[in-house]
Amino acid sequence: MPTISVDKAALFQELGREYTTEEFDELCFEFGIELDEDTTNSDRPIVDGKQEPPQLKIEIPANRYDLLCFEGIALMLNIFLGRNPLPEYKLTQPARMEQIIVKEDTTKIRPYVAGAILRNIKFDQARYASFIALQDKLHQNLARQRTLVSIGTHDLDTVKGPFTYEALPPKDIKFTPLNQTQEMDGEELMNFYEKHQQLGKYLHIIRDSPVYPVIYDSNRTVCSLPPIINGDRSKISLDTTNVLIEITALDKTKLDIVSKMMVTMFSQYTLEPFTIEPVEIVSEHNNETRVTPDIAPRTAEAEVSYINQCCGLSLSPAEICTLLKKMAFRAKPSTTSPDIINVEIPPTRADVLHQCDIMEDVAIAYGFNSLPRAFPNISGTVAQPLPINKLSDIVRVETAMAGWSEVLPLILCSHDENFGWLNRKDDGNTAVKLANPKTLEFQVVRTSLLPGLLKTIRENKHHSVPMKIFEVSDVAFKDLSLERKSRNERHFAAAFYGKTSGFEVVHGLLDRVMAMLKTDFLAEGETPKGDSYYIKELDDPTYFPGHAASIHVRIGGKDKVIGSFGILHPTVLEKYELKYPVSSLELNVEAFM
Amino acid sequence: MASDLTNQILDALSASDAPILSSEAFPSTPSLNVKSALDRLESRQMVQYETLEKEIVTLTAEGQEIAANGSHEAKVFAVVLAAMDGLKISDLPGIVGKENAKVGQGNAFKRGWIKKDKDLLRASADSIVDETQQQLLAVQKTKTLDDKKVVADLKRRKLIGLAKELAFKITKGPKYAREFVKEQTDLTPEMIANGSWKTAHLKPYNFNAKGAPTPSGTLHPLNKVRQEFRNIFFDMGFEEMPTNRFVETGFWNFDALFVPQQHPARDLQDTFYISDPAVADPPREDPPNEPNPPAQLKADNPLDYKKYWDNVREVHEHGKFGSIGYRYPWSADESLRLVLRTHTTSISTYMLHKLAANPRPARFFSIDRVFRNESVDATHLAEFHQVEGVIADFGLTLGGLIGFMEVFFAKMGIHKLRFKPAYNPYTEPSMEIFGYHDGLGKWVEIGNSGMFRPEMLESMGLPKDLRVYGWGLSLERPTMIKYGVSNIRELLGHKVDLHFIETNPAIRLEKD
Repeated sequence: MPTISVDKAALFQELGREYTTEEFDELCFEFGIELDEDTTNSDRPIVDGKQEPPQLKIEIPANRYDLLCFEGIALMLNIFLGRNPLPEYKLTQPARMEQIIVKEDTTKIRPYVAGAILRNIKFDQARYASFIALQDKLHQNLARQRTLVSIGTHDLDTVKGPFTYEALPPKDIKFTPLNQTQEMDGEELMNFYEKHQQLGKYLHIIRDSPVYPVIYDSNRTVCSLPPIINGDRSKISLDTTNVLIEITALDKTKLDIVSKMMVTMFSQYTLEPFTIEPVEIVSEHNNETRVTPDIAPRTAEAEVSYINQCCGLSLSPAEICTLLKKMAFRAKPSTTSPDIINVEIPPTRADVLHQCDIMEDVAIAYGFNSLPRAFPNISGTVAQPLPINKLSDIVRVETAMAGWSEVLPLILCSHDENFGWLNRKDDGNTAVKLANPKTLEFQVVRTSLLPGLLKTIRENKHHSVPMKIFEVSDVAFKDLSLERKSRNERHFAAAFYGKTSGFEVVHGLLDRVMAMLKTDFLAEGETPKGDSYYIKELDDPTYFPGHAASIHVRIGGKDKVIGSFGILHPTVLEKYELKYPVSSLELNVEAFM
Repeated sequence: MASDLTNQILDALSASDAPILSSEAFPSTPSLNVKSALDRLESRQMVQYETLEKEIVTLTAEGQEIAANGSHEAKVFAVVLAAMDGLKISDLPGIVGKENAKVGQGNAFKRGWIKKDKDLLRASADSIVDETQQQLLAVQKTKTLDDKKVVADLKRRKLIGLAKELAFKITKGPKYAREFVKEQTDLTPEMIANGSWKTAHLKPYNFNAKGAPTPSGTLHPLNKVRQEFRNIFFDMGFEEMPTNRFVETGFWNFDALFVPQQHPARDLQDTFYISDPAVADPPREDPPNEPNPPAQLKADNPLDYKKYWDNVREVHEHGKFGSIGYRYPWSADESLRLVLRTHTTSISTYMLHKLAANPRPARFFSIDRVFRNESVDATHLAEFHQVEGVIADFGLTLGGLIGFMEVFFAKMGIHKLRFKPAYNPYTEPSMEIFGYHDGLGKWVEIGNSGMFRPEMLESMGLPKDLRVYGWGLSLERPTMIKYGVSNIRELLGHKVDLHFIETNPAIRLEKD
């Protein structure tokens, strides 16, 4: 969720009144944004000798790009409050339309471009700062760090159309980048900005490409090298009155959204508010020749019955239209069907995809907290636990009743903890491995509950001994036969840590749990009546030689190894930094399903 | 013997009703022994006593030696006097010892008892009074010394020390008797058998102390809270979902939920991707029992997974089911990447898709582990538990969701809720649920909820009028708020204190 910082006094002036923090918080809450912080009473930074005026930090829903700047928040709240009419955005019809001519090579690197002109715009310090900040927010969010879309803004009076959008080898592009004094070519530019705090992280987007995207004016002045930087020549300032906005992209939809946001938010500062001068894009090779930006509202239909059903209301079409007005929609009951309203979705509302989005806005305008409340009918559903969880609970409760303490370690662990430290070898077909962990603690999904138990003991060495702990939880294994190439398995594990090995104690716990699962001990030569289990000496490097056993069950006449127990090998204890002996037990409980 | 002492005390008191002083009656018995005997008698009200504390003067080892044999200077004087023609200075240590010679010679000069004549020492008096010895002898007898100056001087010379001595003023108690009957520590089978319980005196019980610690096993606090939540779900007719599946595909975890492929949640910084195994298969029917589908969910009509996959692709790429979609080139490879599930909503999606085989009202829930590639701090772990509920029914309303939440959260003791419009890619409307926390005196976000988007449900083949609520919260956050735990690592993981697990009380959400 992006957070936008706006000047408190300026916003309240726009809204036509003062709000207390609580009142404004309430307004935000109802509208669906969140007041994170009011800095009035905080230590505010001092910039250029002046303390920053109080700010409101507002959290914006991630799909409301129209609320990413002061202008949008003020406009949408004013519309919501019924103070402002819906703006009507208009394209002017210039005598000679500026052109951006697109060269085919751009398809190799960044195929789409759009343009727009804000004529006779009046900046001041605050507007200018907001104009820059909106570009930044769009770059960070929708444009995914400039990879998908990037924006360049220029003083139109310093360059001369028609413009060309080309893709050239880096060596062939020479210009002085924004706020620099020396000219450089594309390669030099990459080296120059390599360590740059803000721009360094964008270089990778084009760096290794044989051609870089570039926009020239008709005098071969470089306007910009998207998505990295603009040329110094065309840079805008507080005094700029005619702004050319060019936007390049990999993604057409996002290009369109970014264009709409840039022009709708700042066209209110042009001589005739909400007018935008279009730019013609000439792009024959990919059928993208068109006039941009496209600010025509999208028309959509919404069903009155659907809206009323979902909201639990019985509003008339006219009432719905009135509510929608608060959310910046022009809506009219359809003349052809009583159940349809025709909704004009303004260019600012890129978040609306389906009539459910319109329905939600009706609910917001009505007030979530004013909606008639009901308790949904219980249509005869039957409660039931997941069978494996029910079985696990039996083992958990019986083990706790037997005097053991349940622990809850993490499921992710290091490769060593899961294999090497237990004297186990990774055959490459066992564990699910993570591609991008932030630390070595999280390299694999555990295939055994032992690492978690041993780490828990390690972290609790201040506790009196003996320690008797257990866990019943899932491990995961690779399984290439399945869609997800892996499967979980429910395990039960316990560990005894004390001055004696506790081997018999752990063995006794196994007997107890088996008894509670109605599984009899099968002595040699006996014939079992029902389900049964037996143990056999086990040679396993995890355990001390001669003091380990495999656990076998005979269920439905079939024998199966379900786990093992034993005194852990001293080399295992050493890895886990344990001073006293440990006996442990681990088995797969799914055999008892 | 302490028990002898108790009888000695009772004997000493027998003569009269006048109080006795322990320092006089038992001068050689250590006061701690006296006190323990008195405590035993007092606990049975046989005696009463008062503790008297006084400061006493004791002799150091050196002080005792001087009291017995005279001071260093007196010894020096004696040998000098004995040597009629004077004593060679160099011979002195040989006669009286080095220590006596060193200290005694100086003091004897100071007191004018001896004088120096070239290399000889000669006596200057015929007799002397050894004050030091006399003072020390007096101290040894009375254990007191009144002259503060002398005390300071002797202390400086390390001949005496000061100590506290306890004495007790003892009088008969209300249950005074001549004989102290042996106390029994406990009622034994022998006492019951031989009838000695009738006359036995049981050692009085200390009602101010705790009993013996009872050895006990315990369940983990977080799992106890989990069980409370499960009970709430069971009370309300919910079936538990098969969340025993940590590894998911991009398809089930994101695409099927109408989360676009460029959504920030899918970044490497937020999601754990799997390097091995490398790539998933497109969605298909699981083999039976993997995981076990609950009996009532067995499909009447086989589900068309290919159609589902195509619907998901289309609704993202071009729009479908009345949606204009996200309109971006959708990548099948991205959808087949394996991830650790970032939410259990992937399982809800799986269950809802199963429901499409036989669309009908259903209530599902789960509480299980989810994984986020977060940097670990006091409130974030790479793993936590998500509590999730799903209700599918025909004609559900938003007010019904609000009404349901009020009942649900009231069952865990939260009675004041309000709902904020919010954004979530797979629910519309989306509501953040805030609960008023009396202790903190403020509104706290306690969960997220909404109605699943038609793009998600209709892609599965569910009918348009079957609407589905979904809501979720973490298990850890309400637990931390309820029990004042400020660091999530104290609640989940191997760093949790075992003592905390063992002593955590039973969970009663509606009451605590």
